[in-house]
Amino acid sequence: MIIASNVSKKFGKLKVLDNITVNCTKGECIALIGPNGCGKTTFIKSILGMVVCDSGFITFNGKNIKHDWKYREKIGYMPQIGRYPDNMTIGQVLNMMKDIRGKKNFILDEELINKFGLDEMLGKRMRTLSGGTRQKVSAALAFLFNPDVLILDEPTAGLDPVASEILKEKINTEKNKGKLILITSHILSELDDLVTQVIYMQEGKLWFHKSISDLKEDTGEEKLSRAIAKVMTQ
Amino acid sequence: MKKIIKYVIIDILRNKIVLAYTAFLLLISISIFNLEDNSAKGLLSLLNIILIIVPLVSLLFPAIYVYNSSEFLELLVSQPLKRKTIWLSLFWGLAVSMSCAFFVGAGIPILLFQATATGFMMLGAGLILSVIFVALAMLAAVIARDKAKGIGVVILLWLYFSVIFDGLILFILFQFADYPLEKMMVAATAFNPIDLSRILILLKMDVAALMGYTGAIFKDFFGTQMGLIISFLVLVIWMIIPTWLSLRKFKHKDL
Amino acid sequence: MKKLIYISLLLFFAKDVFATIIHVGKEQNIKTIRQALLLAADGDTVLVGSGQYHEQNILINKSIALIGINHPILDGDNKYEIISIKANAVTVEGFKLINSGVSSIEDFAGIKVYNGKDIVIRNNILENTFFGIYIQYGINCLIENNNLTAYSKIEQESGNGIHCWKSDSLRILGNNIIGHRDGIYFEFVKNSIIWRNVSEHNLRYGLHFMFSNDDAYICNVFRDNGAGVAVMFSKGLKMIRNYFEENWGDGAYGLLLKEISDGYIENNVFDRNTAGIFMEGASRIHMEKNQFIDNGWAMQIQASCMEVTVHNNNFKGNTFDVGTNGNLVLNDFNNNYWDKYEGYDINKDKLGDVPYRPVSMYAMIIERNPPAMILFRSLMASLLDKTEKVLPSLTPENLKDNHPLMKPLAL
Repeated sequence: MIIASNVSKKFGKLKVLDNITVNCTKGECIALIGPNGCGKTTFIKSILGMVVCDSGFITFNGKNIKHDWKYREKIGYMPQIGRYPDNMTIGQVLNMMKDIRGKKNFILDEELINKFGLDEMLGKRMRTLSGGTRQKVSAALAFLFNPDVLILDEPTAGLDPVASEILKEKINTEKNKGKLILITSHILSELDDLVTQVIYMQEGKLWFHKSISDLKEDTGEEKLSRAIAKVMTQ
Repeated sequence: MKKIIKYVIIDILRNKIVLAYTAFLLLISISIFNLEDNSAKGLLSLLNIILIIVPLVSLLFPAIYVYNSSEFLELLVSQPLKRKTIWLSLFWGLAVSMSCAFFVGAGIPILLFQATATGFMMLGAGLILSVIFVALAMLAAVIARDKAKGIGVVILLWLYFSVIFDGLILFILFQFADYPLEKMMVAATAFNPIDLSRILILLKMDVAALMGYTGAIFKDFFGTQMGLIISFLVLVIWMIIPTWLSLRKFKHKDL
Repeated sequence: MKKLIYISLLLFFAKDVFATIIHVGKEQNIKTIRQALLLAADGDTVLVGSGQYHEQNILINKSIALIGINHPILDGDNKYEIISIKANAVTVEGFKLINSGVSSIEDFAGIKVYNGKDIVIRNNILENTFFGIYIQYGINCLIENNNLTAYSKIEQESGNGIHCWKSDSLRILGNNIIGHRDGIYFEFVKNSIIWRNVSEHNLRYGLHFMFSNDDAYICNVFRDNGAGVAVMFSKGLKMIRNYFEENWGDGAYGLLLKEISDGYIENNVFDRNTAGIFMEGASRIHMEKNQFIDNGWAMQIQASCMEVTVHNNNFKGNTFDVGTNGNLVLNDFNNNYWDKYEGYDINKDKLGDVPYRPVSMYAMIIERNPPAMILFRSLMASLLDKTEKVLPSLTPENLKDNHPLMKPLAL
């Protein structure tokens, strides 16, 4: 579904993405793991077209994304830090997104809005919200349009345990519907029961891309976190 | 595009800085017209506001707004939208909001107390300057990644257009006093929208003096229908070119 | 017997008392004015009925009254001077004179007085004449309520509306003069008064004085003339209650004073002129109670002026209050109202406590470098003006109003 071939990106002298080649297919739930500053976020951003890569290319459903913007209809993105215009209300942000995508084209999935209780605070200004509530809004937006691909950047960071559980459950159901899910996270234990594949990046390079069962087999560890730790110390 | 403009405007019009700016303009213009028994003097104070305050606020606020919206811009870019749509929506949102603030703060008092040719020219100039400086602010914001640097650039731009440029012109005028510089001066004003607007207002406000021995420059060019049209076109170009440059930059910008 | 002598004496003078009235017109026996003038004797009246008369030049050389009924038209066919007066005590009244001749050698006029006393020219309409009413060597003449309209395009090919030369004791009252070279022209005219005339849209000056002393002009309106009103090389003039309006352009003034002395300028209104008053070589001029409104420069005083006193005037809405070309100032400003004054009045005597300097820094800059006008009212120019107020360097030190009024005078 998403294929990156030889993607490289430099910010000034710093090489943030170095010749990355990845193939993600439907029904997978991929964890993007690596230390801070390894290029995870940049890679996600280049899939979303926020960062334009210097060389190589990314295709979405077989089409190069370079001069395309429509493909993003099929992606739901939850950013690491969600900041919205200060004076908009939650309701206005939701409405704006619906306006942008065109309400008729989608079966709206408002499950998260309801479960997070956002529907009861539609009139609240974004400026007055806590970081956690803003994360909830971001999450709700990502799932709202029933996208084929979900890209979640540190989804559980800042969420309280209850909300975190709700989100994980949601991710799981969507995975089971056969959607492609890309998650970056540094709290590895959280991903254990969700993830089917792992991409490990360091210093802009792709170290490995393995299914979780392969990884566990190779390292002989049951826990994902321990397996990764083992890889890193190797 | 309309959809996003709508939401940007909703957000900006409730912004405290914009509300304060509107209130400030309103307070000043009403006190000018009410306290001054001499309307000409009032217009003069208003002229200074239009030429100094409007560009400054129209540069600073949009620049800060763009920096503060960087995450929001990211979110918009992740949506199925063209970058062009996003950027132009932001531009229109800011331009309309700043013009609205000016219109409510200064335009309505002008229409109430000074519905003269001078008043209308001031109103027009204020609106056009608002839009031009929004465009320049967005250009500065898209070029300078860092917020502090961007605000610095914007303040420099303001200083340049309101003082430095004129200082250079004055310097040239005295250095080359023996040469006929009139035509060159007319051309030079095209490079500064504040100067151009000021002259268009002067043509209404100080008609008598401009008809004098310096008349050649003013009357022969700005005084004619053609001159007015050309000046207006130049001002429109001042809106388009920075917008176009910033758009080009934004299209390839890494967020 | 005595009675008889009285009666016969009365009869003898009755010839004058019961002067003849001669009627001219289509239905009358006498069809032309010329014919009537031949028949008329001193003291007669010639009444001309309505109609159009093409009589080439009408020469009046007897002391008669030539009176038109319902404005009969005298047409000069673009060739002739229409009426020439070469006698004393002539009255010309109620005619419409059109199309006089135009010449570059002779000064053709609608009505021309060649050397006469006690002449009255009243209630006439003059259209498309070269000169309108031309008085030379006139004494005690009255020119009243005439309407003069010309359609001049080029100064060299046009004449003046009311042109007076080497005359004395003239009264020019209530005339309207439009579209000539100069509206009213005075050269070597003494002891005369110009009152309640309207002179507008003339190519050069609304009123032009040359070498004319001891005259007065009062309650006139001078509007939109090529260069305003010029008063030159004259002495002892009184200029009272006139309106000088909308005289715009390069070298246009409300009032130009050149080589003038002992003038008195009071209660005039200078409204929307490029320069309200321009003075050059003027001395002993007193200006009082005038209003200067919305002019480019209310006043331009060249350094060659002396003993000009400017007291109790209002200056409102002028782009520049005073302009000057030098640093030496021998003139006196006091107790004027200046709308640009930013001083204060602590002792509440209605006079500002700090002097007002009517010459701004930027006015001096523009004086030296006219194209600098392009920066007028910019932040740069305001900064320069403000600096100058703190540290005067360019503006003349002693050109100031020491006791400016806080409130405008009610005028």
